[in-house]
Amino acid sequence: MSLKKVIITLLCGLVMPFAFSCKKTGGDAIKVGAILSQTGPASFLGAPEAKTLQMMADEINSNGGIDGKAIDLIIKDSAGDPEKAISFAKQLIEEEKVFAILGPSTSGESMKIKGICEEAKTILISCAAAEVIVNPVARYVFKTPQNDRLAAERIYDVMKKKGISRIGVVSSNDGFGLAGKEQLEKLAPSKGITIAISEVYDKKATDLTGVLTKLKARGVQAVINWSIVPAQSIVAKNMKQLNMNIPLFQSHGFGNIKYVTEAGAAAEGIIFPASRLLIAESLPEDNPQKAVLVKYKQDYESKFNEDVSTFGGHAYDAMLILTEAVKKAGADSEKVREAIESIKGLAGTGGVFNFSAEDHNGLDINAFEMLTVKGGKFVKYEQ
Amino acid sequence: MSLEQFLQYVLSGVTNGSIYAMAAIGFNIVYNTTGIINFAQGEFAMLGGMTAISLSAFLPLPLAIALSVFLVSLVGALVDFAFIRRLGKPTVLNMIIMTIGLSIAIREVALHIWDEKVRSLPYFTGTEVSSINIFGAYISPQVLWVLGISGIIVAGLALFFRYTLTGRAMRACASNITAARLCGINTRNMVTVSFMLAAAIGALAGCIVSPITQTQYDCGTPLAIKGFTVAILGGLGNSAGAVAGGIVIGLLEAFSISVLPLAYKDAVAITVLLIILFVRPAGLFGKKEAARLKEF
Repeated sequence: MSLKKVIITLLCGLVMPFAFSCKKTGGDAIKVGAILSQTGPASFLGAPEAKTLQMMADEINSNGGIDGKAIDLIIKDSAGDPEKAISFAKQLIEEEKVFAILGPSTSGESMKIKGICEEAKTILISCAAAEVIVNPVARYVFKTPQNDRLAAERIYDVMKKKGISRIGVVSSNDGFGLAGKEQLEKLAPSKGITIAISEVYDKKATDLTGVLTKLKARGVQAVINWSIVPAQSIVAKNMKQLNMNIPLFQSHGFGNIKYVTEAGAAAEGIIFPASRLLIAESLPEDNPQKAVLVKYKQDYESKFNEDVSTFGGHAYDAMLILTEAVKKAGADSEKVREAIESIKGLAGTGGVFNFSAEDHNGLDINAFEMLTVKGGKFVKYEQ
Repeated sequence: MSLEQFLQYVLSGVTNGSIYAMAAIGFNIVYNTTGIINFAQGEFAMLGGMTAISLSAFLPLPLAIALSVFLVSLVGALVDFAFIRRLGKPTVLNMIIMTIGLSIAIREVALHIWDEKVRSLPYFTGTEVSSINIFGAYISPQVLWVLGISGIIVAGLALFFRYTLTGRAMRACASNITAARLCGINTRNMVTVSFMLAAAIGALAGCIVSPITQTQYDCGTPLAIKGFTVAILGGLGNSAGAVAGGIVIGLLEAFSISVLPLAYKDAVAITVLLIILFVRPAGLFGKKEAARLKEF
C-alpha cells in the first residue's frame, strides 16, 4: 500500500462517521428543493437563480441555520422543460420529501407543477412572473416576481404622457411572451392605446427585420417588445438597422445588463419597467429596499464576478420569504403557509411584499420603476 | 406594398437565404463523399462563432476569425478520425445516429467551456446603429458582409471542385465511390477533407452572422434544420441548388411575413418544400438518376 492510499484510507475512516452522523441528524435540517432552468433556453433566468439560492443557503448555514436547523438545498436543473419540471417536482415531493419547492424559473413550468404542489400540500414559491400562477389562488402556491399587468400599466402610463396612442406589439411564443401580450391587449382600450398590430415570434428567433418592416409600414408611434429571450437585443438592433426612429419599450424581461451589452449602441433610450435592483446604488437612502438591494448586489457580484440580474433577485425573494416564515412558525408546512400569508412590509429585491390570503404575490404597482438605458447603463427614466 | 417595403423584404429574404445556403453547402460537401447527413453541421457554426468571440478578446478581428475557422476545421478532422473512420463497415443509419450524438455532445461541451450566455462578435464595419439606405430600404452593413462572403465561398468552392486535384477527387467520390477508389483515390482521406471543409465553411458562416443573430451554445440546431431543408429543396449534394434553395426559402419566409402572421413563417417554407418534393422528388436541381443511386 502506497503512502497516498494509506492517507486516503485514513481520511475516509475519519470522515465516514461524520458523513453518517450528518445523515442521522438529517431530520433536523430543512430540506428545500429548487427546480430551476440552469441550462437551456431559459438559462439566463435559472443560472443566476441557482447561484443566488446556493449563496443564501451557504450564508444561512454558516450562521448556524434557522433556529439551529441547517438548510439542505437540492437544486434540480429542468433546462426549461415543463415535462422535466413535473418529474422533478414529483421526485422532490415523494422521494426527497422536501419541505418547500423554490422555482421554477419559467411560467410554463410553474403552471405545470402548480396542481402537483397544491395536492401534495408542499409550499411552492415560484420565480416566474405570469399572473395565472397565483390567480386563482392556490393555497400552497406563491410567487415573487411582479405581475405582468403592473408592468403593462406602467408602460402605458409613460406612453400616455409622451402622447403615444398607436403602437405595435411583438412578443415571444413562450409563457412569458404570451401572458404579456394578453395583458397588453386587455389593458389597451382602458388606457386609450390602439394596438395596430400584434405579432408573435419564435423564442429562438435570430432575425426580426421582416416583422419590424411590417410594423413600420403600419405607421406605429412606438413598439413594445415583450419577451425574456435574447431576441430582446435583436429587436433593438433590427429597429436601428431599419432606420425606425420611434421609441422601443421592453418588458421587465429586459432587466439584464447582458442584453444591453449585446444590443450595444442600439440599446440607448429603451424604456422598460423593472425592479429597483438595477439602480440599487443610486436609490435615495430612505428607500425601504435600499439596504437589501445593495447587500444582495454586492454579495452576488463579489462572489460570482458577474453582474446581478433581477431574475436572481426573484430567487432571493423566494428564499427570503421562506426563511422569514420559518423563523416565525417553525418547520411546519401548514403554519409556514399561514405565516407567509401574514407577511407585511417585507422589503425584498422585487419590492415591498404584503401578502394576504387572497394575494399570493404581495406586490403592487410601486414595485416597478421605469428605467432607461443611458451610456450602456440602466438609469431611472425621467419624463 | 410600396417599392421600399418590397425591397426590404427581398433584402431580408436574401440575407437569411444566404445564411441557410451556407449551412446547406456544409451538408452537401459531407453528403457527397460519405452519403450521410452530418447533423453536427450546425454545431460547427456555433463553435466557429464562439471560438472567434473568445479569440477576439486578445486578437484583431480578422485574425480571430481566421484562427477560429482553422481550429474548427481541425475539430471537423477530429470528428472523422475519432469516429467516422473507426466504423468498420458503417451503414448510413449508423453514421447518421453518430452525427446526431456528436451534435448533442458538442453542444454540451460548449456549454461547459463557455456558458449559457448569449455573445456576439462586433460588427465588422459600423456599429449596431449603422444603417445603409438602398433605394428606401435599410440594411445593416453586416448584411453586405454576409452576402459578400457567402458569394465568395460559393465561387471559391466552384473553382476548387472544378480546377484542383483534391476538388476533382472529391467530385469523383461523389459520383461513384467504388470507381473513385479504383482510380487510386484515397477515399478515406477525401472524407477527412470533406469534414474539414464543411466545418470550416460552417465556422466562417457562424462568424459572419454572429453580429446580427448572436451566438449561444445551442444556436446550431435551428440553423442545421433550416440548412437541411434547403439542401433537400435544392437537391442533396448540389451546391448551386443549395444557393438557389436557400434564397427561395429565405424569400418565401420574408414575403409570408408581409401577408400572414409571423408565426406561419416556418409553416409556409415547409409547405412549399413538401409541394416541390411531391413534384420533383430529387429536389429543384437534383438529378433523378443520381438520387436513385444513393443509398437513400
